Amino acid sequence: MSTLDIVPGKSSPNEPQSLTVRQQPPDNTIGGVSDQITAVSLGKAPLWWWIGLICSVALLGVFAFTLGSIAIRGTGLWNLSIPTIWAIDIANLIFWIGIGHAGTFISAFLLLLRFKWRGTFSRFAEAMTIFALATAGLFPLFHLGRIEYFYYLAPYPNTMWMNPQWRSPLIWDFFAINTYLLISLLFWFIDLIPDIAALRDKAKAPVLKFFYNILAMGWRGDMFHWEGLRKAAFTLAVIATPLVISVHSIVGLDFAVAITPGWHHTIFPPFFVVGAIFSGMAMVILFGVILRSGFKLQNLIPLSHMDNAAKLLLLTGMLVVYGYLIEAFGAWFADDAFEFALVANRSTGPFAPAFWGMILLNALPIQALWFKSVRRSPTALVVIALCVLLGMWLERFVIIPVSLSYPYLESMWNVYTIGVWDFLTIISPFGLFLTLMFIFIRILPIISIAEAKQHLAEEAEHAHQ
Amino acid sequence: MPTNKATPLYGIAAEFDDADKLKQAAAALRKAGYTEVRAFTPYWVEGLTELLSPRTFNFVPYLAIGGLFLGLLAGFLLQYYTSVVSYPLNVGGRPLNSWPSFILVTFEVGILFAGVGTVLGFFLQTNLPLPYHPMFNAPRFELASRDGFFLCVEVTDKKFNLDKTKALLQSLGSLNVSEVPC
Repeated sequence: MSTLDIVPGKSSPNEPQSLTVRQQPPDNTIGGVSDQITAVSLGKAPLWWWIGLICSVALLGVFAFTLGSIAIRGTGLWNLSIPTIWAIDIANLIFWIGIGHAGTFISAFLLLLRFKWRGTFSRFAEAMTIFALATAGLFPLFHLGRIEYFYYLAPYPNTMWMNPQWRSPLIWDFFAINTYLLISLLFWFIDLIPDIAALRDKAKAPVLKFFYNILAMGWRGDMFHWEGLRKAAFTLAVIATPLVISVHSIVGLDFAVAITPGWHHTIFPPFFVVGAIFSGMAMVILFGVILRSGFKLQNLIPLSHMDNAAKLLLLTGMLVVYGYLIEAFGAWFADDAFEFALVANRSTGPFAPAFWGMILLNALPIQALWFKSVRRSPTALVVIALCVLLGMWLERFVIIPVSLSYPYLESMWNVYTIGVWDFLTIISPFGLFLTLMFIFIRILPIISIAEAKQHLAEEAEHAHQ
Repeated sequence: MPTNKATPLYGIAAEFDDADKLKQAAAALRKAGYTEVRAFTPYWVEGLTELLSPRTFNFVPYLAIGGLFLGLLAGFLLQYYTSVVSYPLNVGGRPLNSWPSFILVTFEVGILFAGVGTVLGFFLQTNLPLPYHPMFNAPRFELASRDGFFLCVEVTDKKFNLDKTKALLQSLGSLNVSEVPC
């Protein structure tokens, strides 16, 4: 054996192989890694997966009921008022788009920088991006109130002679989010093809084999296939990196161009981008821990990679904290009575718990990540990631309904409250996102098989030298 | 695979232990003057394509750049046409061609076209989707997506000779050599 530890006889296709991950010890040959990852999709589903899926589908039902009621009975079900015309729906939009940003950031930006640990997270993080975007995209549509007319946003020749208003950030949103969804989907799929081929060659059930056969599109691992894939993945990474930064910047502009106290800050676009990557990294870490222990993938999602992801969480978290400081500084520096009043109302008014919750949950738990032992402890990472997710949701809440409650005309001040439908709208989108995630982790490879094998081969080569 | 003289041949395939042996064999085949040799690997092997087919044209970057410029143009012209030509609307005396606020949509459409161009380039480069390919007839070929490394000398090669090519492939340290029917 020169560089790779492959025993020729061992890779016989006829050898009966157990497909349950539990029974297989981690086997660090390229064949073993391939079997281990395909077994996650083709083997028997673990109990926790079924429980998770059933809970998610139940929550998805609640989501369908909530949005259905909003569509039929109108947006008045939410506690919207003048001036608080944006509330949970827009907070959710920003939260969910933010969750998606980490996926593209990992798969595109880290690919360009040639970080090895990218491959561990890129596949399921990119899936997370697509599902989070699918969830996020629903909110602006239902926020319209007249959802049946949503297609008016698209520029198309029509008998009404109606064109989109190109000077509005909301139309920028429409283009940014749709482009982002499509490019993410293409990037994800291109990268999936060789791995689907691996599933195709491994699947026994005719239905599955047919399904994977169609999706693999005849991938043979031909050298020209690999060249095309590498070039395309790299080019898409080059395209996706500025795209991901533009998307949340545009979302930030939705606010920054409005003359509402607390919104009219030039820091908003970059502040939104780092906040998005921050919350998305928390979700990636959460899923990383769940998948590595749930499917016994400790050898493929090693703690050293979790450590790197945690460092990125700490970095983006510190940038978010800097954003909070600049927001307060901006209010003081602008010397504007209403900006001051907003800072005072946020921190001492009826929403003080949300404001201080945001500060504490986002700024404090991540400080533990300065320690290597914390970065390498899955339990600690889960706790910190949950704090960050809650904190970042609160941030979006504080930015939107809380800022809107205190506009420039004091007589219009009208404090927003969370009603039953608002509450359902906060909780239930997780149903859609998690249902899609649970289905994904059982039908498609959650880690890039081709990339895992390539790194293994490179490592073996280094060891050999 | 039993050789049936009646079925036309696609080529002769050989399986190798690992990427290194595959590369050595590929180099040897090139040295022997073979040009129509294809490699099938479970992951991207550096330098393999350059070795076997040095003058490979890659569509991807050209289509990506072309798509980008086409998209930028299309994005801007769409906004220009709708707000200046098709339905000019004076809002507070602002210029009809308010290009600074057109930048973002122009950028997004450019990115979209570049991405679609890249993926089109990928399909052109790989010649996918292709549901049937003779190589799938090669024995143990289902391992090419797991840990099998294959080389195939196609019959279209000028130097192709059933017995000589077979003997050469066998001498290059392959695990097995087989004829691949069309």
